[in-house]
Amino acid sequence: MYLTPSSNIIIKPFMEQIIELFRYQFFYNAFFSALLASIACGFIGTYIVARRIVFISGGITHSSFGGIGISYYLGFNPVLGAAVFSILSALGIEYISKKTEVREDSAIGILWSMGMALGIIFIFLTPGYSPNLMTYLFGSILTVNTTDLLLMALNTLIIVVFFLVFYRIILYISFDEEFARAHKVPVMLFNNILLIMVALTIVLSIRVVGIILVISFLTLPQTTANIFTKDFKKMIGFSVLFGCLGSFSGLIISYYANIPSGASIIFSFAVIFIVAKVLKELTLSIHLKHQ
Amino acid sequence: MEQLLELKNVSAGYDKNIVLSDVNMKVFDRDFIGVIGPNGGGKTTLVKVILGLLKPLKGEITYCVNTRNFIGYLPQINKIDSKFPITVYDVILSGLMSQNQLITSFNKLDKQKADELLEQTGITHLKKKPIGELSGGQMQRVFLCRALISSPRLLILDEPSSFVDNKFEHELYGLLHDLNKQMAIIIISHDVGTITSYVKTIACVNRELHYHQSNIITEEQLADYNCPIQIITHGHVPHTVLEHHH
Ligand SMILES: Nc1ncnc2c1ncn2[C@@H]1O[C@H](COP(=O)(O)OP(=O)(O)OP(=O)(O)O)[C@@H](O)[C@H]1O
Ligand SMILES: [Mg+2]
Repeated sequence: MYLTPSSNIIIKPFMEQIIELFRYQFFYNAFFSALLASIACGFIGTYIVARRIVFISGGITHSSFGGIGISYYLGFNPVLGAAVFSILSALGIEYISKKTEVREDSAIGILWSMGMALGIIFIFLTPGYSPNLMTYLFGSILTVNTTDLLLMALNTLIIVVFFLVFYRIILYISFDEEFARAHKVPVMLFNNILLIMVALTIVLSIRVVGIILVISFLTLPQTTANIFTKDFKKMIGFSVLFGCLGSFSGLIISYYANIPSGASIIFSFAVIFIVAKVLKELTLSIHLKHQ
Repeated sequence: MEQLLELKNVSAGYDKNIVLSDVNMKVFDRDFIGVIGPNGGGKTTLVKVILGLLKPLKGEITYCVNTRNFIGYLPQINKIDSKFPITVYDVILSGLMSQNQLITSFNKLDKQKADELLEQTGITHLKKKPIGELSGGQMQRVFLCRALISSPRLLILDEPSSFVDNKFEHELYGLLHDLNKQMAIIIISHDVGTITSYVKTIACVNRELHYHQSNIITEEQLADYNCPIQIITHGHVPHTVLEHHH
């Protein structure tokens, strides 16, 4: 592509400015947390979307707020409380819907709101310091610390290795659970491990985009990827790519426009989706004309 | 003939509702069993019990073959999500899931086998397609390939001819006839007229199992079996005879 001298002048300082930003520890942390969240959500989100358990994931996300509230009340690390709550609700939804008469979506709805209610009650009961609710609801990527980053790195590593090793089992179980059971694959075990991974990924991504927006991180890049491919493996790849693209641009927009990072990241995802959809439609219609 | 499996006094059902009671059945190598019976009679349930998907409430099943997975299976209704991001080729290879190729990738032989099956069922051109772009009959062929790729000792087909056109139905029975030289086959079908001319023996499932050691079955026998299915004629040419018009 040909760049005019003038555009060069605009672009160059901009890139330099971005590189400058990495001198700040907070930006460095924010950048890497966005990268790690994009990778983890690329894998887990593809699983969620392919298996149609988006609503379950929404339930897990919101119920984790109960854990955050209780942690504040008792003085624990909120990430710990959120993790315990989200894992329990993930396995709880599975248990309630399989073993009792309660239907799955009802079970999700109940845990969803119960978690939120518990969270609010305990945060209000906590004497003295009251945490900034907005931080949990909408994320605050610029406050990610080194511990968060390490936990995210560990989670992402485990997920990537697990998917690489068991890719085919994961694919087959997701596609046709009964057929997998007929082949004596330990379906329950894999389902539960994957649900725990979903729960942990959600909890660790709350820092980045917040409880309310996390579900988009797990579905928007995947839906965009699905425009270009109908293959599970490629969908993971594209999702990671679109996740990175959206979260980096969202991060930079949030920094310069001084708006909440979670919202600007999700907004970027949406823009990428729309652009991708339009591009796809255009190439399709050009293709049709040439035939 | 070598015995493959045996059901002894098996009763099965859902939530304590008994659907099958006191089933006794032996399946031998090279058997070709046609299973008939009314809707809700328990045919699919019987298959689930054989596959180990449904634990019997009573009785026991013995498998006489040592290989971990010797049954190939084509399900009746596919509760499959047609928008699931998977290609035809991957679906077929998933039939090898219990063989230890899960972690390593598939070897040349597996892929060759998959290609052969695609060829045999006439869907080679669909190999790379996502399953969402197939018709019902094409999907059924893909599932047949998936059932066959592990070279099973026993092939179970639950109403394989739903969705498929006449031409493929005919080819299917021809294919099954050839496959029967290497494996036992259990086929569930409502098309009694057609299957009786291909299978070696007939089983009728209507809460109980009546196993008839030949492929000739008369209306009186069906009545004895409490198997409310009309028709029955025989011949070497596959044909369907409709019930009488009044
Ligand atoms: N998952 C289930 N839960 C509860 N009851 C079931 C379930 N599946 C089947 N049944 C019941 O078990 C009985 C036998 O069903 P089955 O599917 O074995 O019949 P079938 O002989 O295969 O019928 P069809 O010809 O319609 O395929 C039916 O009365 C059905 O209502
Ligand atoms: Mg059935």
